[in-house]
Amino acid sequence: MGLKILTEHINVPGIETLKVYRKHGGYKSVEKAVKTMSPEEVVEEVKTSGLRGRGGAGFPTGMKWSFLAKPEGVPRYLVCNADESEPGTFKDRWFMEKNPHALIEGMITSSYALGANTSYIYIRGELLFVLRILEKAIAEAYAAGLLGKNILGSGYDLDLHVAPGGGAYICGEETALLESLEGKRGNPRNKPPFPAVKGLFQSPTVVNNVETISSVPWIVNNGGAEYAKIGIGRSTGTKLISASGNINNPGVYEIELGVPVEEFIYSDQYCGGIWKGKQLKAVVPGGSSVPILPANLILKTAAGEDRLMTYESLSDGGFVSGSMLGSGAFIVFDEDQCIVRNTWNYARFYHHESCGQCSPCREGTGWMEKVLHRIEYGHGHQQDIDLLVSVSKQIEGNTICPLGDAAAWPVASAIRHFRHEFEWHINNPKEATAPGAVYRGQLDAVTA
Amino acid sequence: MAKVTIDGIEIEVEDGTTILQAARKIGGNVVPPAMCFYTPLKGSGGKCRVCLVKVSQGSTKDPRPMPKLVASCITQVQDGMVVENTTNEEVLNARKGIVEMLLINHPLDCPICDQAGECSLQDLSYEHGVSAQRFEEERRTFNKVDLGPYIQLHMTRCILCYRCVYTADQITEKRVHGVLGRGDAAEIGTYIENVVDNDFSGNVIDVCPVGALTDKTWRFKNRVWFTKPMDAHRDCPTCSGKVTLWTRGEEVLRVTARKDQYNEVEEFICNTCRFDKKEVADWTIEGPRHIDRGSVISANHYELPVVNVPIVPNLPTSTKKNLPQE
Repeated sequence: MGLKILTEHINVPGIETLKVYRKHGGYKSVEKAVKTMSPEEVVEEVKTSGLRGRGGAGFPTGMKWSFLAKPEGVPRYLVCNADESEPGTFKDRWFMEKNPHALIEGMITSSYALGANTSYIYIRGELLFVLRILEKAIAEAYAAGLLGKNILGSGYDLDLHVAPGGGAYICGEETALLESLEGKRGNPRNKPPFPAVKGLFQSPTVVNNVETISSVPWIVNNGGAEYAKIGIGRSTGTKLISASGNINNPGVYEIELGVPVEEFIYSDQYCGGIWKGKQLKAVVPGGSSVPILPANLILKTAAGEDRLMTYESLSDGGFVSGSMLGSGAFIVFDEDQCIVRNTWNYARFYHHESCGQCSPCREGTGWMEKVLHRIEYGHGHQQDIDLLVSVSKQIEGNTICPLGDAAAWPVASAIRHFRHEFEWHINNPKEATAPGAVYRGQLDAVTA
Repeated sequence: MAKVTIDGIEIEVEDGTTILQAARKIGGNVVPPAMCFYTPLKGSGGKCRVCLVKVSQGSTKDPRPMPKLVASCITQVQDGMVVENTTNEEVLNARKGIVEMLLINHPLDCPICDQAGECSLQDLSYEHGVSAQRFEEERRTFNKVDLGPYIQLHMTRCILCYRCVYTADQITEKRVHGVLGRGDAAEIGTYIENVVDNDFSGNVIDVCPVGALTDKTWRFKNRVWFTKPMDAHRDCPTCSGKVTLWTRGEEVLRVTARKDQYNEVEEFICNTCRFDKKEVADWTIEGPRHIDRGSVISANHYELPVVNVPIVPNLPTSTKKNLPQE
């Protein structure tokens, strides 16, 4: 087992209470930061650590923080994005449920670094029970003087609020999240201006994922240089991976970035191999919106190197033969899974979750879903495959927010790597629609 | 001031101008189409994506091209920016794709639609659409809804440009309609079956780029290309009173605000002028209105003969050969 940063004490009974959390070294980073460090020093440590956004895009957190505009007399905000709704991702929910104080500690330290006096945790509406856990923990922190006026006698004030969303996937997009937090319809905003300049209530705002913020206390306690030693290259630190699908041990795993994918799937420490010893067919390595990869390409890159669980290695080969680490939702498919059905399922999700603001996404997601539905239920035509590719290209890159791309990528990649399976569905509608029928033929040999 | 080059034509504009506004200063066919952006409405734009252009050079300081196509209506110009609109095939293809998306759920009922002849979507489809239809599924449909005594909402035709929402927000005291639902189930609606009732509500009809919001006093009375537009005014206590009358013979069939060549109103007018003053005697006629839009109404204009406009005027020869061959 590798080093545990986020999950070291997660199974300690009572860790959700302040008393037990402090006994295990909790809130040390708050003391260290507000008493001995200047906000700029905290930002500098995070920059040195090489910590990258854990929500999906992987943007360097320190750099994001240093972009924050600091005009005189305007409040700044830190917003934690806990609207985890990507199919396959469940790490944030699990983490907040188990160890709410770790997030709150991260929020205090990060808010101090950014000079924010009001911060928000925007939590997904369905996670009402987690919201209760967080509120209880926040009340404890207030009572202990870790939140509110004059934190630990340092003169720094911080108010922390938890705001539930209405349960829309689009509100996980940072500008839609801010709109929703302001009490408006959750439509993504046009960028620029970016939230770092005009965010929540027209003030400079930083939006970070739960896991990103929860990693900050360790960096403050042990130093950014120490954090940068973990991992490989520009992928530093540890990452929570939500492993699901046809594996023996589904669950959340904290890995040091750089573990080989093969080890992650087959080692007993992690996924423990494919369920019932079946063959691996495909993996979606970073949540439903990233490209799916067939077995040969997920284990080795197109150049024949071992694929590692890092931002760089998983995206090696671009979208031709690579994918993305994304939010770390590792979905494994065995030989009995139908890629067409799975792609249709994803398309259905994006059709349902498109906000309907910009035309390519609003109309295109529905169109793709209908065509995939047709193919899955044995009414497809041969030209439908090219139609899907063309529609996904019309959406990709032309929308306001990344939801359009997220809807287009899984469809385009499934066709790129599993074209034979789509053709088989179209040419053999009777066989393909029989209960439990799965394409058993040759998978495409995909290199470039 | 910032110097920008759009399709090879250089122009100097104020800082903070958008690419679309700069292109409109040049005029002609370098102007990207706009379905949702509306100059008088603050915050509009960025939604329909038909105005996407390629920025092949960001600015003099940072000459890198922008990685994606950008919406010209909301992207501000930088000094030294080079923009490609009709000279870039990627842009034209993307636009074609977006027009196709706008049309897949549009009923294409132009023959019975009151907006036909002055419809932005119709113009856009003529210019950038494809003649074949690849969408085979059932289109989404809605029932027609009466928003009060004057306005009918035909949601099936709507392209969700949000212009009517901004109008109600910015020029009326209270907005009762808005966008309900999401994705392709999103619709303009008054929750629940409310009446849009205020002195300026009729302006939502003028801003609607398609036939989704229509004037009930004009519905099915005539086709726009048979009517004659006349500039007229009256002393109105609530608005400027400057309107365009659409007449046939002595009959005033419709009253609208005065719109420029981009379909944008010069001044919003009140409901009394729009719906109640339908007699020639109510108005002081100023003379025929010159309509300068791409639509059928200007092609059939009684005032001027139709002139064949060159497709892209004033282009240097170097950029001209990059034009896609039709």
